[in-house]
Amino acid sequence: MTENASRKENPPERRYWLDDKRNVTKIYRGLLVVCAGLFAADLLYDKHAKFAVEEWFGFYGLYGFVACVFLVLAAKQLRKLLMRSEDYYDR
Amino acid sequence: MIASLPPGLLLIGGALVVPFLRGWLRWAWMLALPVVGFADLFGLEHGVRVTVALFDYELQPVRVDRLSLAFGYIFHIAAFLGILYAVALNRTAEQVAALVYMGSAIGALFAGDLITLFLYWEITAVASAFIVWAGNTEASYRAGMRYLAIQVVSGVLLLSGALLQIAETGSIAFGQTGLQSLAGLLIFLAFGIKCAFPFLHNWLQDAYPEASPTGTVFLSAFTTKLAVYGLARGFAGEDILIWIGALMTAFPIFYAVIENDLRRVLAYSLNNQLGFMVVGIGIGTELALNGTVAHAFAHILYKALLFMSMGAVLYRVGTVKGSELGGLYKSMPWTAAFCIVGAASISAFPLFSGFVSKSLIMSAAAGDGLLFIWFVLLFASAGVFHHSGIKIPYFAFFAHDSGKRCKEAPLPMLLAMGATAVLCVGIGVWPEPLYALLPHPVDYVPYTTAHVVTQLQLLLFSALAFAVLMRTGLYPPELRSVNLDIDWIYRRGLPAAGRMLARASVPLRNALAFAGAQTALGFFDRMIRLAGPQSRMARTWQTAGMVGLILIVMAVYLVLALV
Repeated sequence: MTENASRKENPPERRYWLDDKRNVTKIYRGLLVVCAGLFAADLLYDKHAKFAVEEWFGFYGLYGFVACVFLVLAAKQLRKLLMRSEDYYDR
Repeated sequence: MIASLPPGLLLIGGALVVPFLRGWLRWAWMLALPVVGFADLFGLEHGVRVTVALFDYELQPVRVDRLSLAFGYIFHIAAFLGILYAVALNRTAEQVAALVYMGSAIGALFAGDLITLFLYWEITAVASAFIVWAGNTEASYRAGMRYLAIQVVSGVLLLSGALLQIAETGSIAFGQTGLQSLAGLLIFLAFGIKCAFPFLHNWLQDAYPEASPTGTVFLSAFTTKLAVYGLARGFAGEDILIWIGALMTAFPIFYAVIENDLRRVLAYSLNNQLGFMVVGIGIGTELALNGTVAHAFAHILYKALLFMSMGAVLYRVGTVKGSELGGLYKSMPWTAAFCIVGAASISAFPLFSGFVSKSLIMSAAAGDGLLFIWFVLLFASAGVFHHSGIKIPYFAFFAHDSGKRCKEAPLPMLLAMGATAVLCVGIGVWPEPLYALLPHPVDYVPYTTAHVVTQLQLLLFSALAFAVLMRTGLYPPELRSVNLDIDWIYRRGLPAAGRMLARASVPLRNALAFAGAQTALGFFDRMIRLAGPQSRMARTWQTAGMVGLILIVMAVYLVLALV
């Protein structure tokens, strides 16, 4: 709160491009388009695969997506087990 | 004259002069040391350069080959960049400790025998503990104590292994050691502690984030990579390293996702990157070992860059907790940009250094048909982008605007970050000079259509996962918290067990007193004094300090016994 208050007293601050939520959405949509393009790119080149699984269409993209969703959701569950208050070791 | 000095000694000796120099003269002196040391490496001829007789044994303080040289170059570069960064903060004690630490780490790379290695090994341990203490907070003092105790255990294991090897084989040489003997096993464990193997890892995440903004940059480069060098020298091709390494790449990233202190996040991701190197050592082929050395080289730079950027944030804002930060790109645009270069490098984006180094290890794993390991490494590659590549820059510089406004990082920090960033991109764009330094001939082309496209798919879909989780609100918020890790055992578990034992023995003591058993009584009184709630041992840092002290005494005793 104090930071917000002090900001108001300062001369009007420059608005950055990213301050506009619509621009963040533009980035998000851009990322979706790039990902779709990369997914489709699997039609265009030879993978020289060492493992059969690499030949699956869009394997790397799907694996990366699933891996990260799993990582984050699993870590979120781990918090229940591992997370303590910040002063845990100081008490 | 200087050329005849063993590598590293120049920095150690140079450290002694530092307290007597002031102002720009001190900085010029400190910056000159790694430059001269680096130049000296080019004059070194391969082979054993110096021998010193110690009783019946021949010490080899300087042994030069492609493996030690590759690490030697990057250690000198990291020393220079770290010192340049540290010009921003004038901390004499930290500077002296850092020079001794870096010099002894360099010396250890060129140690041809186990006794010399042990000496340098212990100097790095003690000097680096002083760097942690230079953090100058209560937390850094305690963490430094725990850190020192664990580092000294590593040293004692190394010395025990060395003495056993001497007894068994009569040789003090440090070369391919293997796990067939107890001596080899002890040395392996000594390296394993410093390399932050799973369950031996927690000193790293405990201590590194407690050092000063500049101290952590020094620490991040040397200790663990010295251990990687040791493993590559002594245990290449040991299959168990493949599994240890794979585990190291995978489990720290779960912690990294939920950790709030962004320098601790980097410490977990440091652990994850070490895993890739350890896998390479375990595979042990020429391609894999090249990958390990290349990855260590690239990693030292981008990890230093990431720690520098978070150090700059800590220096300017006073905290690196993700829960407190956000929107800093407005105040620190250059730092944000350099951080993103480090993030792209650790994530192995094409045109950045991680891309040309990690892929050697991935290819070696695939070439050996290690499908499961390859899956784990690919998971860790996606994960590292997620927590280091996105989380670090996102929560520090973007996310929701915390309203915090500060000055851009000071000029020396910006110069150091800029130079490191140039190297990260330079290696990524032009990998041939790095490949030329590797221990074995390199026949590898990183930039093929398939490699670039599949890597971009992996990374951008990982970014998409982050974006989707953020926009759906599923992403766990940054919270002020600590997460329990292995250090709980010695910070909470063991002291609690000691107190319980002491409490439980009170009624027993009274019963004994009643029965008039004086000898047993004395024992119990002593134990209660030692471990009871009012005792020194009940305070954890003192336990750690005492263990350290005992181990130092043991180490000295062992040396005397050998002589």
